[in-house]
Amino acid sequence: MIFNWFRYSSPISFYPLAGRLSRVFGVLAVAFTIAGLYIGLVVAPTDATQGDAYRIIFLHVPTAWMAMLIYLAMAFWSALALGFNTRLSAMMAQALAPTGALMAALALWSGAFWGRPTWGTYWAWDARMTSTLILLFLYLGVIALRNAIDDPRRADRACALLSLVGAVNVPIIYFSVQWWNTLHQGSSISFTSAPKMAMTMVEGLLVMTAGVWSYCIAVTLARVRSIIVERERGSGWVASLIAPQGAR
Amino acid sequence: MSDFFAMGGYAWYVWMSYGAAAAAVIVEILALRLRRRHAFDTARMAQDADAAGPATRRPPADLRSNG
Repeated sequence: MIFNWFRYSSPISFYPLAGRLSRVFGVLAVAFTIAGLYIGLVVAPTDATQGDAYRIIFLHVPTAWMAMLIYLAMAFWSALALGFNTRLSAMMAQALAPTGALMAALALWSGAFWGRPTWGTYWAWDARMTSTLILLFLYLGVIALRNAIDDPRRADRACALLSLVGAVNVPIIYFSVQWWNTLHQGSSISFTSAPKMAMTMVEGLLVMTAGVWSYCIAVTLARVRSIIVERERGSGWVASLIAPQGAR
Repeated sequence: MSDFFAMGGYAWYVWMSYGAAAAAVIVEILALRLRRRHAFDTARMAQDADAAGPATRRPPADLRSNG
């Protein structure tokens, strides 16, 4: 089967596809999140040492993973935008930044409320916590940089450069618990060893991750549709999109 | 049921985490709707201005909000 990927590299053909995908992932996000919350907050047993405070893991870990993953996705689209000078890649990078910032903020917030009962402090200048705070600032920096530059194409290039340079922070976050022996614990789940937790907890974590991941895809695609309308409004197809009865 | 909400004495920590996430999701979805409406309104305004001719053309409203 021949599938022409380049067909969807133009905003005009991506716009309706993004709308359909956004709805599909929105439904998946609701389903996975309800199931994940049920497993995590109701089915999973209370932890022997941490009591019920550990249940924050089902929010903390998925949001922290997404904060890193979205940054890598943003850097990937930025690289494409710089390399091939494609408008839609830059729009995807632009659409990812606010949701990435939200995920980083939620990871830090839930981490603080998990750290207080288990470590005795809301915040410490631990390697992983500090590098995750830098990740949040990188997201905010990319958003602020775009708002500071009037010409969208110039903003695309500046933001792409900042995103790519900042990508060095992601492996630092990931390996921080191995490189520095500070407060944050090591990984409970890794690619190289068996999970260090009960199976129900792993299931809850994976289902919640699927839910948060789907949510991020759904809102990013919804946002990129608005960005397309904002940036392509001079073109004929957007004019015909908005002409008859408005927002669809 | 009250046992569930008590979270074994950790209610403050657990519900502050999940509550913030729920609030953030609601705010993000509302912001997305506003941004979408704003994008369509501005595009329509620019189009109407074009249709009215160059003499009445207004500079397009600033669109670069990150909703």
